[in-house]
Amino acid sequence: MRPLTEEETQTLFKKLAEYTGSSLKNLIAPVDNSPKADRIVFRLVQGRVYAVMLSLANLATSFSRDKILSLGTCLGKFTKSGKFRLHITALQILAPHARHKIWIRPNGVMPFLYGGNVVKAHIGRFSEDCPEHQGVVVYSMDDVPLGFGVTARSTAESRRLDPTGVVCFRQADNGEYLRDEDNLFASG
Amino acid sequence: MGVGRRMKKQGPPQPLSEEHFAKLKRKAGLPVDAPTEAPENKRRRTAKKPEPKSNGSASKKSGSASKGSKPAKGAKELPAANGKSSKSKAPKKPLLEESEEEDDEFDMEDLEADGSDDEVQKIGDDFLGSDSSVFDSDDEGGQTKAMWSEDEDESDAEEKLTAANIVGLSRKLDQKLEEEAAANEEEMLQSALQTNISGDKPKVLADEDDDLEAEKNEFLAPDLQLLRTRITENIRVLDDFSNLRQEGRSRAEYTAQLLKDVCAYYGYSEYLAEKLYNLFTPREAFAFFEANETARPVVIRTNTLRANRRELAQALINRGVTLEPVGKWSKVGLQVFESSVPLGATPEYLAGHYILQAASSFLPCMALDPQENERVLDMAAAPGGKTTYMAAMMKNTGIVVANDPNKARAKGLIGNIHRLGATNVIVSNYDAREFPKPMGGFDRVLLDAPCSGTGVIAKDPSVKTNKTELDFMQLPHIQKQLILAAIDSVAHNSKTGGYIVYSTCSVTIEENEAVVQYALKRRPNVKLVETNLAFGKEGFTSFRGKSFDPSMSLTRRYYPHSYNVDGFFVAKFQKIGPTPAKTSAPRERSSGGAPEVIDRTPIALDDDEDDKAKNDDFGGWNEDEDEQYIEKGRRNAMRRRGLDPHSAGKKSKKSSK
Repeated sequence: MRPLTEEETQTLFKKLAEYTGSSLKNLIAPVDNSPKADRIVFRLVQGRVYAVMLSLANLATSFSRDKILSLGTCLGKFTKSGKFRLHITALQILAPHARHKIWIRPNGVMPFLYGGNVVKAHIGRFSEDCPEHQGVVVYSMDDVPLGFGVTARSTAESRRLDPTGVVCFRQADNGEYLRDEDNLFASG
Repeated sequence: MGVGRRMKKQGPPQPLSEEHFAKLKRKAGLPVDAPTEAPENKRRRTAKKPEPKSNGSASKKSGSASKGSKPAKGAKELPAANGKSSKSKAPKKPLLEESEEEDDEFDMEDLEADGSDDEVQKIGDDFLGSDSSVFDSDDEGGQTKAMWSEDEDESDAEEKLTAANIVGLSRKLDQKLEEEAAANEEEMLQSALQTNISGDKPKVLADEDDDLEAEKNEFLAPDLQLLRTRITENIRVLDDFSNLRQEGRSRAEYTAQLLKDVCAYYGYSEYLAEKLYNLFTPREAFAFFEANETARPVVIRTNTLRANRRELAQALINRGVTLEPVGKWSKVGLQVFESSVPLGATPEYLAGHYILQAASSFLPCMALDPQENERVLDMAAAPGGKTTYMAAMMKNTGIVVANDPNKARAKGLIGNIHRLGATNVIVSNYDAREFPKPMGGFDRVLLDAPCSGTGVIAKDPSVKTNKTELDFMQLPHIQKQLILAAIDSVAHNSKTGGYIVYSTCSVTIEENEAVVQYALKRRPNVKLVETNLAFGKEGFTSFRGKSFDPSMSLTRRYYPHSYNVDGFFVAKFQKIGPTPAKTSAPRERSSGGAPEVIDRTPIALDDDEDDKAKNDDFGGWNEDEDEQYIEKGRRNAMRRRGLDPHSAGKKSKKSSK
C-alpha cells in the first residue's frame, strides 16, 4: 500500500474530473473544519486504487502488503500503458459529485444493467448543455445510481436523434457485480 | 321443466330405493336386508346426471322431510292436488292416489318377499333396487310416459314422484349417516384397539424371526413408510419407557434401533446421528431430524446504508415478491415467501439495497452490537453478510477489519462490501490465529468460527455423511486457537466495548460449550455476559457427565425445529482483564502454575539423566545444548502457529504437562 505518485494522481484526477467537473474539490476536501479533520485519500494496493478515509488508511499500514486485499472503496486500476480505468465500484464516490446525469426510464433499467448502451427511447431526463463525449452518471428515475458512461451526442444533438439512437455509451453498470466479479476485485 | 333428454330416456330420477323398502319392512317388523352397493353403482353409471339433482333436492328438502318424520302417511292424508300445485309445495302435497298406489305396490312386493325364502327376497330386492325404471314401469308405465310429456299433470306426476322420493331419499340419507357414524365408530374402536394393543407394548424391536426376515430383505431398499412408523413408535416408547417397553428389553436396545432407523431414513452416518441424538430428548431429536429435511425461509437484510426497509419492501412487492418482516426482533430482516424474479439479480440487489442472508446470521451481529466509531474485527468474514451488517450498524464510521484466510472467498466478500457501500472496511487475508499480531486493540471482535455445519444440514445435506470423528477433534482445536486469538485482540480498557462474540452454525457440544469453557479456563480475564438476543435456548451447563461453567446459561442455542432458523450458537464475552492477554495470561498462570513447573522439571531431568547414562557410548550428552535445541524448536513451532514465542516458553511447559 502506498500513496499515489504525482503523475498517477494527475491521471486519476483527470479521469475523475470527467464525471465530477469542478466538484472534484468537494470530493477531496476535509469532512469538517477541525484542524485534524478526516479526508479522503487515495492509496494504491496491488495495482488498484482505493479511495479511503485518512484515518482508515493510517490504520491499514499495520497490515503487510500482500495480506491486504481491499480498503475503503476501490476506484479502479492503472492499465499497463499508464491510463486509469474506473470500475463500477467507483460509482458510490462519483455519484454524489456527478456533474452531468442521465435518468433512464424503468423500461430501460434492465437493458442497461445487462450491459447495453443507453438509447434515446429509454431516457427519462438528461442534464442540459451536456457536451459530446462527456462522462455522465446514469440514474434510474427514482434516483438510484446504476452506472456511468460517456455521452455519444451532446444534449442538443440527441434531441434530434431517432428513438433507437445511442445517446450514452456504457462504461460500467451495477450488473458487473454479478457478471464481472472475477476481474473486478483483487484475487492476489 | 328443465329436464335433460338423457333423463327422459332413463325415466324419473331416484325412485324409491332399497332403503324405502327396508323402512317399510322395518315397519312391518320384517328382517331388513342391508342395501347392496351394486344397484347404486349401476344407477350412478347409467344416470349420472339425474342423481346429483335428486340428491340435491333430497338434501334441500331433507329438512322438511325429517321434520315430518312420517311423510308417507302425511302425504296420503292430504287431498289430491289438482295439477297446479307449485313445485315448492309439491313435496308436501303429492297425489293421493298415486302415492297410495305406490304404497300398495310396495306392500305387495313386501308380501311377496315375505312369502318367499331369503334368496328370493334378495333377488327381489336386487331387482327392485337395480333398475328403478323397470319397477316404475310395471304399474305406472302409462303414468311415467305421460309424466315426461309436456302436460301439467305430468309435471305434477313428476313432482309427486320426487315427493315420494324425498321420503325415501331423506331416509336413505339418514340411514347413510347412521351407517357412516357406525362405521366411524367401528373404525375408531378398531384403531383404539390397535393402538391399545400395540400401544401397550408396541413391537419396535425385532425378534429372532424378524431378524431372519430382515436378513432376507437386507438388499432391498428400506420401506420408508415402515421405517417412519417404527421411528415414531419407538419415540413413543422412549417417552414413556417404563410403561410401554417390551419385557426384557433395555432402553439401549430401543435407542440403538431408533438410531439405526434414523440413519436409514434420513441418511445420516451413524456417528453423526448418535452425536446429534444425544443433544435432545428422543422426541426433540426426531423434530430436529425432520426440520433438517425442509429448507429454512429465505430472508433478506435491508442495507440501511442504502435503503430503508419499508421502501425496499414496497419496491420488491412491485416486482412480484411476496414478503413480510421476519419478526419483531429484527428491524432490517424481510422474510420472502414467494418471488417471481430472481432475488439475487434485481436492480435493487445490484444497487446494494439488500443482501440475501439467513436469519440466524443476524444474531451474532445483534449480540455484538457494534457502536459508531469503534474498531471492530470480523475474524472469518466471507461472504460478508455479517461484516456489512456491522458496517451498517456503525453507519460507516469507525473501522471494520474483515479478515478471511481464503482468498477465493475473499473475492465475494469484497464484492459484497462494495455493492453494499461499506466504506469503513479493510479486508485482510491473514490466518485469523495470527491475530493480535497484525492489529490488536479492537473494541469488539466477532468470531464466526469455521465449523462442521451441523446446524445447516438443511442447506448442505452432505454434512450428514462427510463428518467424521476426526472433524470433531480438529475443528474444535482450530476454534479454540481462534477464540484465544479473538480474546487477545480485544482491548479490555475500551470505553464502549471490550466484547467478543463467538458463534458457530453447529449444534454440537464440542464446537460450542466446550470451546467457550476452554476460553474461560485459559483466559481468566474474560467472562460470559448476556447476549441480549430476544429468543434462543440457554446453553448447556452440563452435558453427559461434563459440567461447564454455570454462566454457560448466558449463551444461546438455536435449533431449526424450535425457531425455524438455522442451528446456531452464540456466546458473548466481555474482557475484564486489566492487562493485554499476551502478557496477562502467563503471569496469572505463573502464580498458580509455578509449583507445577518445579514438580515437572526434576522428572524430566531424571529421564534425561537415564538417557544420558544409556547414551554415554555415543559421545555423551550435552544437556545445555539439547535444552537450546528444544527451546529453539518450540519457538519455531509457536511462530508457525502464529503465537508469540516470548510467552511460548512458559506456556508450552505448562501444556506439555
